[in-house]
Amino acid sequence: MDNEIAVSIKNVSKDFKFSQNRVDSLKGLFVQPFQSTKNRKSEIQHALQDITFEVKRGEFFGIVGRNGSGKSTLLKIIAGIYQPTEGTAKVNGRLVPFIELGVGFNPELTGKENVYLNGALMGFSAKEIDAMYNDIVSFAELEEFMDQKLKNYSSGMQVRLAFSVATRAKAEVLLIDEVLAVGDADFQRKCFDYFKKLKKNKTTVIFVSHDMNAVREFCDRAILIDNNKMVEIGRTDYIARRYSELFIEIDQSVARTSKGDENRWGIGGVTTDGVKISTTKDRIKINYTINADIRIDKIIYGLHISGPDGQEITATNNTMIHQPPIEHLSPGMVYGVEWDIMNIFNDGTYAVSLTLVDGAGRVFDWYDSAGAFTIKRSDRSTTAVLPPMTVSTRLVR
Amino acid sequence: MNSILVKLRQRYTYSLIILKQLIITDFKLRYKGSALGYVWTLLKPLSLFAVMYVVFVHFLKFGAGIPHFEVQLLLGVVLWNYFSEVTMSGITAIVGKGDLMRKLYFPRYVIVLAGSFSALINLAINLLIVGVLIVINGVDIGPRAILIIPIIMELFVFALALAFLLSALYVKLRDLNYIWELVLQVGFYATPIFYPLSMVAKVSEDIVKIMMLNPITQMIQDARYALISADVPTLWGLFSPHSYIRIVPFLIIGLLLWSSIVYFKRQSPSFAEEI
Repeated sequence: MDNEIAVSIKNVSKDFKFSQNRVDSLKGLFVQPFQSTKNRKSEIQHALQDITFEVKRGEFFGIVGRNGSGKSTLLKIIAGIYQPTEGTAKVNGRLVPFIELGVGFNPELTGKENVYLNGALMGFSAKEIDAMYNDIVSFAELEEFMDQKLKNYSSGMQVRLAFSVATRAKAEVLLIDEVLAVGDADFQRKCFDYFKKLKKNKTTVIFVSHDMNAVREFCDRAILIDNNKMVEIGRTDYIARRYSELFIEIDQSVARTSKGDENRWGIGGVTTDGVKISTTKDRIKINYTINADIRIDKIIYGLHISGPDGQEITATNNTMIHQPPIEHLSPGMVYGVEWDIMNIFNDGTYAVSLTLVDGAGRVFDWYDSAGAFTIKRSDRSTTAVLPPMTVSTRLVR
Repeated sequence: MNSILVKLRQRYTYSLIILKQLIITDFKLRYKGSALGYVWTLLKPLSLFAVMYVVFVHFLKFGAGIPHFEVQLLLGVVLWNYFSEVTMSGITAIVGKGDLMRKLYFPRYVIVLAGSFSALINLAINLLIVGVLIVINGVDIGPRAILIIPIIMELFVFALALAFLLSALYVKLRDLNYIWELVLQVGFYATPIFYPLSMVAKVSEDIVKIMMLNPITQMIQDARYALISADVPTLWGLFSPHSYIRIVPFLIIGLLLWSSIVYFKRQSPSFAEEI
């Protein structure tokens, strides 16, 4: 295999057989041959059909799809847990899967014993764990608890311990399931910090998720799976958009917001309106309203700013900057939103895109270039931003 | 070529690490929370031995006239206990670790191997008790005691081969554990553990010959020969002039090992989804 390729999946299909009366007892073995074949039908479920893609070394690669689309099966095939019915799955280098945190954790063992057990399953010898044991414990902040049985730990403590071991994984390819990033906000931040570190270190990561924000934030490329088939592969932005479109078919009762508007798409029901942008020397204020035609909970509102050359400068939402979502909307409700941004922008015109999504990744209104603002200034930088700064010189010698 | 060697080493390093941890974990978990803890490992064969001793040796006078028959009895019980422990725990080994196997790939044979090694630790401790009884009984132990090592190795391989086969079969055939319990029960009586072979010989020499072709009988008799008395009937004293028949127990073990490896290898990739 080409050395630049970390994972190569070729024409992989996976069938699961569910025989309705499988021979799994001795009686069955004797009785079954005498039964008519009509009663012996087995159902074949095509969990995956003809999946082909390659992940390059150092890439952060996403596998995206709805629940039941087959992405977890694909993950298990890459991990070698399941064998493909057809096709080949090749991994170049040592692979560590995180399908769950704390694999092998046993409640009857102490925290310390579990670290060694879990570490061994990740491929660490007892000696290697000895060397990093103190770091693992202090990162988990569980110094006083390591000699207690795991069953006396709170679930938060267990997760902390498991995560602390997991971040030590030495692998050429890491498989990460989305379930890792569940937990409180603090833990999620820790997870994302870890992902950032992986990205910085150019570790090859395959990340399975339906959290589009996380996929957008970390993945270079992604593959979209739906109904057990590969729908699309490509750059994350594109895949994220295609993913959201999957939900349009479901919510056909809701009119699409953006007839004929190429900049705007989504399933509608909750829309952005009345965008006003004002700029001063120090601040940029973006005001708009969120109008609801449907009953919906927990709307996440996002903001993207792109520079004069079209490059995205910032992309965030209320969750990422620790602001609450809009808890509840019902038909007729209007919410006002104001983004207040420090003016650190360079000379030029900036496009503002506004998004409305929910926790499940459904896009209600994705409004590209909903507004724009222009900054005129004489001090310049060669990039899109110029934070307030001064500079001075003095003679040293 | 070099990279193949590196890969091979990596692969077995991982297996070895997991094997070690599984054995340690099993050892720690086995009697966790029980008051007597590891002593139970000894109490099980010892209590069986005590009952057998009282009923068969003391009341029914089995083995009367045979030197150190009580030591022979204990040795038989200990070896049989190892065999039944490895195979019984082997049956459920793979299915029992299903949760782990669905989340991680590691060579599946490690699970079965770990159970086998755990039992080997118990066997070693039990053999120490046999050693104590040998000393107390004043058995004249000689250099042929060294033979116990290849015999234990043979027992290890035989029990392990069965454990591989049974563990893989159990994934598909869930009443195998009941069947195997039955087989062990019959096997315990078909093996000269609490009665001497000389009692059977009084009825029929042919039955002794047939019994001796059973690898477990062959091993128990050989072990008694090695550790306790040169007068114990063994496979090696039978079947002359057709001495080639003596190969049968080893042929059974060899065939069993081969077929269990083939079957286990063929089945193991689909364990995770079938459990």
